[in-house]
Amino acid sequence: MSTALLTPDLAQRVLQAALDRGGEWAEIFAEDRSTTGASLDDRRVEELSSGRDRGVGIRVVVGETVGFAHTADFSEAALLEAVAAAASIARAGGSSRTVALSSNGLSLPTAQILPETISKQAKLELLFAADDAARSVEGGIAQVSVGFGDSRRRIVVANTDGVFETDDQVRVRLMVMAVAMGDTGLQTGYQVLARTEGFEVLSEDVVRRLGEKAANQAVTKLSARPAPSGELPIVLAGGSGGILFHEACGHGLEADLIVKDTSVYAHRVGQLVASPGVTLVDDSTMSGEWGTARIDDEGTKASSNTLIEDGVLTDYMWDFLRARKTGRSSAGNGRRQSYQHLPMVRMTNTYLLAGKERADDIIASTERGIYVRQLGGGQVDTATGDFVFGTSESYLIENGEVTEPLRDSNLIGNGPEILARIDAIADDFSMTVGTCGKDGQQVPVGCGQPTMRITSCTVGGTA
Amino acid sequence: MSGDLATLASTLLSYAKENEGMEVYVARGNETEVRVYEGEVESLAAATSAGIGVRILHETPDGARVGFAWAGSLDAEVIEATIAAARDNAQFATPDPSVAFASPDGVAPAAVNLYDPSIRTVTTEAKIAFAMELEKLVRSAKKVRGIRSADYGDSEVEVALASTTGIATTTRRSSASASVEVIAGDGDEIQTGYSYTAGRSFAALDLEGTAADGVARAVSMLGATKPSSMKCVTVFDPRVVAQLLGIISAALSGEAVVKGRSFFAGRIGELVASPMVTLYDDPTDVRAYGASVFDGEGLACRKNSLITAGMLNGFVYDTVSGRRAGAPSTGSAVRGGFSGTPGPGCRALVLEPGTLDRDGVLSAVGDGIYVQSISGVHSGVSPVSGDFSVGAEGFLIRDGKLAEPFREATVASTLQKMLSNVLAIGSDVEWLPGIAAGQSLAIGEMSLSGS
Repeated sequence: MSTALLTPDLAQRVLQAALDRGGEWAEIFAEDRSTTGASLDDRRVEELSSGRDRGVGIRVVVGETVGFAHTADFSEAALLEAVAAAASIARAGGSSRTVALSSNGLSLPTAQILPETISKQAKLELLFAADDAARSVEGGIAQVSVGFGDSRRRIVVANTDGVFETDDQVRVRLMVMAVAMGDTGLQTGYQVLARTEGFEVLSEDVVRRLGEKAANQAVTKLSARPAPSGELPIVLAGGSGGILFHEACGHGLEADLIVKDTSVYAHRVGQLVASPGVTLVDDSTMSGEWGTARIDDEGTKASSNTLIEDGVLTDYMWDFLRARKTGRSSAGNGRRQSYQHLPMVRMTNTYLLAGKERADDIIASTERGIYVRQLGGGQVDTATGDFVFGTSESYLIENGEVTEPLRDSNLIGNGPEILARIDAIADDFSMTVGTCGKDGQQVPVGCGQPTMRITSCTVGGTA
Repeated sequence: MSGDLATLASTLLSYAKENEGMEVYVARGNETEVRVYEGEVESLAAATSAGIGVRILHETPDGARVGFAWAGSLDAEVIEATIAAARDNAQFATPDPSVAFASPDGVAPAAVNLYDPSIRTVTTEAKIAFAMELEKLVRSAKKVRGIRSADYGDSEVEVALASTTGIATTTRRSSASASVEVIAGDGDEIQTGYSYTAGRSFAALDLEGTAADGVARAVSMLGATKPSSMKCVTVFDPRVVAQLLGIISAALSGEAVVKGRSFFAGRIGELVASPMVTLYDDPTDVRAYGASVFDGEGLACRKNSLITAGMLNGFVYDTVSGRRAGAPSTGSAVRGGFSGTPGPGCRALVLEPGTLDRDGVLSAVGDGIYVQSISGVHSGVSPVSGDFSVGAEGFLIRDGKLAEPFREATVASTLQKMLSNVLAIGSDVEWLPGIAAGQSLAIGEMSLSGS
């Protein structure tokens, strides 16, 4: 596994062929991904699975048009055939440019313990530990399922600008779903741990805590009352609601939408777009986070980029093509699900910086509202900024105290409006993980925020 | 070509060791994707891909154990490594008397043709021209500011499945689709609309209808405001109803039921919906986008009745969930291509149509809201508890007619109450991409949250 997927010499010949066929710019992206997965359902190991996917995606740019082809065959003949397909968009052939690549050597995985060095039995024991911990919680746990997945993704990116970069990305993920049964029916609790690291992060203790947390969440929700309906203040617990900023704000700051003028944030750099005190960052350099990588999928080095600083919009997120169009450099946000997909502007780890207040004080100063401990998924219409996201653990705040648990509901609002309604930011901070879908492509992302209050948001309950 | 895949699948069964069960799923496909913007091709992708998924089964005195492996390649050495990985994985599964591969059950496959060979002869230029024309039609409409994208895509996929239990099937299907995201504006206000068209051939696509639908969905929302919170009758658009049926199908999965993850568990024979509701899953109806000859384990797909006149009368099972529940497979195994394992699921849900068209449903309702699109479905609806809360936009209904638009609201209830409170089911069935058809549907007493 330590040899390069693709040598600089072969990459150079393939890229040269793209230019010779009339391409103005071309890129070769090689990927080899191995995954293993296991699930424990109802205390049975149902199936272990292993997957292997490797191939090469070739992108050729002519003017504003991108031609793309991919192949699972790494032979020179197959790559040249893919180049011909990708370059079919070129009307007239032949550039006199020559490609020169220089390699910095292979990038090594940052993981300490590679998943492939851990026995399948040891992986399964972790699942049982999480299951035991969840079932040890009293109060009506009826079902527990635990899922595990790890992946090792080696990539090579080379392009006609001379880039030749490699990365070796290792990720591990464990999730627990607990179902509790009571007089009021069934309720679920869900917890996930996901890191761009190796097996060192999955200790038995960590896994047991995850199981207990999922079970407690399900049991607590058995006594939940219907969520209120209408506009209320929302206090988001630290690490509960990073998805809000990812959805309501992050997507609208992706340069592909900005260039097409289909984002509410277009033409607003330098303007106040959020409450003062709000600073939003996208940072693929954070150690071990779910959206972390050494390079993006276009070979641009990871970086930390401030998008909103003290309420003022400072920049958007850029991939290679969008940056090229505006005469700047990529910010390292070009990502793709696999070699079979075209890269586009994507977030990495997107978070809101901590403030100065104490989380307890924020709750204490809220007369009536909702305290959100965990948000589920969400989605946004980037052109209007309208978003919706679901709560998966929330409580009522009455007279400055967190009281009864609430049934799951959706929160709905408008990104720019919500950002301007943040009136308190605490000094705590934590990250959560997610899988971000855009145009049918899924990539791992991190989200983070401190405890904070939004003065008013529509809660879609029934009470 | 299909002969090749079928031969490959059955040849690979010879790799099974003595006393070992083996199932091989091989697939090969071609696809094209075109995206246009401002009259230019933004991207053009063409690709062929292939892959294999292998399940190996070992019997033990306590039941069978199964292991799975897949690879995105049909190279000989990759296939061998995949079989070896599946065999190794089988050792670690918990022996389970319910675990088995499907065996032929005598149900004859429906004569449903899902492949239109004309998909091969459409030129790239014609595909590009279709997407460009879609963009042009949209942009020429009043109040349209632009589009986010106009896309065309098509694919053809061949699948061969063979097992040591006697399964040997091949299927081939073609599909073409196009979609557009429209941005309409008036002053400072922006609204968006998304529309699509899909079929089994290029010729089946509806260019004008898709353009007009996308434009109407965006333009009609201009001027939308946040409504006041209230309890009201809610009429859902056919597209939304198809989404709702998709969610309900998760609770009708035999696996969810046997594992206690469905609000329908233990309710067979009970009234779970208004007597108006009759729901079935019929992949043998060629009009359904999800129509299929064989299921994900190689059994013939068949029509399954799920709710009859409000009474719950069945779930969908694959082999394993059926054995767990003491029922035969309903031919309802679905799998996500070569990298997925089978599990029970619906493919072609349809509600028995009523007698009223959309206008009839609206006038029967009188006053309420019409929901044109919903959001946050994955986070806001639970097939386990039945809790339902989604973002919604659409129109108020006044005096039986659509009135002013609303947005930034949610509608909430529980799936249980919604099924019981069905007031009218439309006759306007639309066969939509996905796993369900939809028609206008009126539901009483939903909670609308706005200001």
